[in-house]
Amino acid sequence: MSDQTFTVVGTRPVRHDGVDKVTGRAAYGADVHWPGLLHGVVVRSPHAHARILSIDTSAAEATPGVKAVLVGRELPETHASVAIGEAAIDLRDMSYSMLARDKVLYHGQAVAAVAATSLEIAFEAARKVIVSYEPLQPVLTVDEAMAAGAPILHPDLVPKGAPAPPQMPTNVASRHELRRGDPDAAIARSDLVIEREFRTPTVHQGYIEPHACIARCGEDGRAVVWCTTQGPFFVRDACAAMAGLDPAHVKVVPSEIGGGFGGKIVVYLEPIAILLSRKAQRPVKMVMSRDDVFRATGPTSGSKIRVTLGAMRDGTLVAARVSLWYEAGAFRGSPVGAGAMCALAPYKIPNFFIEFADVLVNKPKVAAYRAPGSPMASFAVESVVDELARELNLDPIELRLRNANDEGDQAPYGPKYGPIGLKTLLRAAKTHPHWRAPLGPHQGRGFAIGFWFNGGMNSSATVTLNTDGSAAVLTGNPDIGGTRAAQAMMVAEELGIPVDRVRPGVGDTDTAGYTDLTGGSRVCFATGMAVIRAAADVRDELKARAARMWNVEVSSVTWEQGRAVPPAGATDAKSGAAAAPLTVAEIASKMAHTGGPVVGRASLYAPMAGPGFGGHICDLEIDSETGRSRIVRYTAFQDVGKAVHPSYVEGQIQGGVAQGIGWALNEEYCYSRDGAMQNAGFLDYRMPVASDLPMIETVLIEVPNPLHPYGVRGVGEVPIVPPLATVANAMRAATGVRFTELPLSPPRVLEKIAAEAPVTVGA
Amino acid sequence: MATVHPPSGLAQFTGGAESVVIDAPRVPELMAALRRRFPQIADHLAEMAVAIDGEIYQDPGYQPLRADSDVHLLPRIAGG
Repeated sequence: MSDQTFTVVGTRPVRHDGVDKVTGRAAYGADVHWPGLLHGVVVRSPHAHARILSIDTSAAEATPGVKAVLVGRELPETHASVAIGEAAIDLRDMSYSMLARDKVLYHGQAVAAVAATSLEIAFEAARKVIVSYEPLQPVLTVDEAMAAGAPILHPDLVPKGAPAPPQMPTNVASRHELRRGDPDAAIARSDLVIEREFRTPTVHQGYIEPHACIARCGEDGRAVVWCTTQGPFFVRDACAAMAGLDPAHVKVVPSEIGGGFGGKIVVYLEPIAILLSRKAQRPVKMVMSRDDVFRATGPTSGSKIRVTLGAMRDGTLVAARVSLWYEAGAFRGSPVGAGAMCALAPYKIPNFFIEFADVLVNKPKVAAYRAPGSPMASFAVESVVDELARELNLDPIELRLRNANDEGDQAPYGPKYGPIGLKTLLRAAKTHPHWRAPLGPHQGRGFAIGFWFNGGMNSSATVTLNTDGSAAVLTGNPDIGGTRAAQAMMVAEELGIPVDRVRPGVGDTDTAGYTDLTGGSRVCFATGMAVIRAAADVRDELKARAARMWNVEVSSVTWEQGRAVPPAGATDAKSGAAAAPLTVAEIASKMAHTGGPVVGRASLYAPMAGPGFGGHICDLEIDSETGRSRIVRYTAFQDVGKAVHPSYVEGQIQGGVAQGIGWALNEEYCYSRDGAMQNAGFLDYRMPVASDLPMIETVLIEVPNPLHPYGVRGVGEVPIVPPLATVANAMRAATGVRFTELPLSPPRVLEKIAAEAPVTVGA
Repeated sequence: MATVHPPSGLAQFTGGAESVVIDAPRVPELMAALRRRFPQIADHLAEMAVAIDGEIYQDPGYQPLRADSDVHLLPRIAGG
């Protein structure tokens, strides 16, 4: 635990944006209306893989009310990539995915766009766009994509990797390896070796708010875009490159955001809306339907993972072999590298070999999804660890404790860990009442752990003092998880003013300093550091103003409990009496006479935020007649560094767990043989709702992160990592059957129980 | 002299060496020295994050190195 004491940090004030959100006043992406607005829609491919032979837009253009039509060949070619801090995004691929040129590579890919005076006219015109296709055979899984003679998505693809892959047409975009020690020899001398192969389906982030934007491109070629996004600065730069504009001529205003989880980093509509607006010289609004979101925005990878673990009789893990194949979708760039680095991150294993491949398939290009790549890898490894514990007759938490990495241990991806809370949370889980609570009939208990890096990167913040002693803090991070409240709390902590006297805001790309996206669990950590420094900048200036009022050296003024304290002997200029400490409000009221407005600013580039670990316990009940399962009890333990606003930290963990449970139990893209998604709606794509889940219990472990002044770690991504394996391990305990393929939907559970289960389920 | 650990998957380009010792004041000089010593590794370095004494930088820029810094090269990571 940290030795620091806080006044505001660690409390639970009401969020500043709460009333607007619960009353419906908060403006989301589709809530803006401008005079003269046109409505834009796209024409989508009915094929998962096809050559475009021709596109005839004449009938659409002739439709009364249609003001602009756009096809892919009108888009400027770009070979730019935009570094969003965590990785470079290939904007050529993004542009081709956004609006196809000579080939469509997934069902639902956009091939043309129309803007018209009403939505009805736009849809009517879209139906009149005649596209001639030459259908091609699609590949929908890594096995199909890697099979000999498989249809090739990109004949000109240059595969990357080491050892260098063969330079022949392939759907394997890259293949890499990680290695330590001699895994083959270590497996040969292991007392127990378990090998399993796992599969996870394509799943979507499931954000409630669909993608939406309005773009207005004026006669001067300058564009303003209002949109729902995790990264307004990325949208600006991507739009400029993809629409052929100077970034200086693009302004992006982020709306409130109704969820993103990584899926609202990519742009799908904004450059199209800009180009339609430029043609029509009127603002254009585009809003996706839920069907569009499922079919044409990035889910996360389906995967195939093979894991071999070797252990000694005392439970010591001595060797691992892991092979990961992740679907990239139609363009390269799955999160398989992160999955490979996360797979063994919790464990001290001296000998391992990890190979990982990025595989192209005829599905939408995957987008980031909360700890991208880690949940699938963790599902595979943690399932095998559970099998080892069973075979060795060891407590699953005890087995993990014996092999857990600690400060100073070398991570499988290279560097040594700093202070981490893995062992602390394992001990907390082992002694928690949940771990020993009795189970009911047909119930089983599972445990698993997970890891995520947590991001750093570029952040800026401005803190402006008002004459009444209140303050405003502005950053460029759309607020997804309560970051505005956390930032206000940091300013309040630094200045010693009440948190409701701090107004937090999200700026647009013209008013906020450059800030990388809201993602990677980085905002409270990295942007929070910028906020703290900007507030400290204000505090330093307040000391200087007080020194001027007292006519003393700045260095002699101290800051205690939100007040500037004068040195001994200082006097008040008017009364001549001994000077008294001055509050923020007292100094602020004299700003005009002591040098003018007080504005603090800070910008920084932060290293990654410090590794985060979580461990989860799940009790699951199975109905052996229907295969339906019910989560009975769930407790999540996580090393959060320092919880600035514990309620929002708990909320992040509960949300991540809910998503992970959905991934484990029900969610999957179901495809027809010709590559069309069959369940593109929330009725058929079954995400958990509140009535499906018990209250998710959370246990916050606070092992301070030395990279942050308050000890903050990233929080938001770690909690989605353990649930897949935790639920699967609980299902194993409840049914006696090891499930290696997700989701654990009733039909799959019934089928497997019938094939493998012991006679008495839940024994 | 910083000790540099290329990704284990690139060992074929470093003659099997799991680590090399390089005298460099900052990351750019270290990367240049690596390219000179192992030309075949150059194409891979552009897509690497760098961990300096345990702190991972997606874009290490001009980060300074200590005389005894421990430097690991690893794939960049995308978050959600």
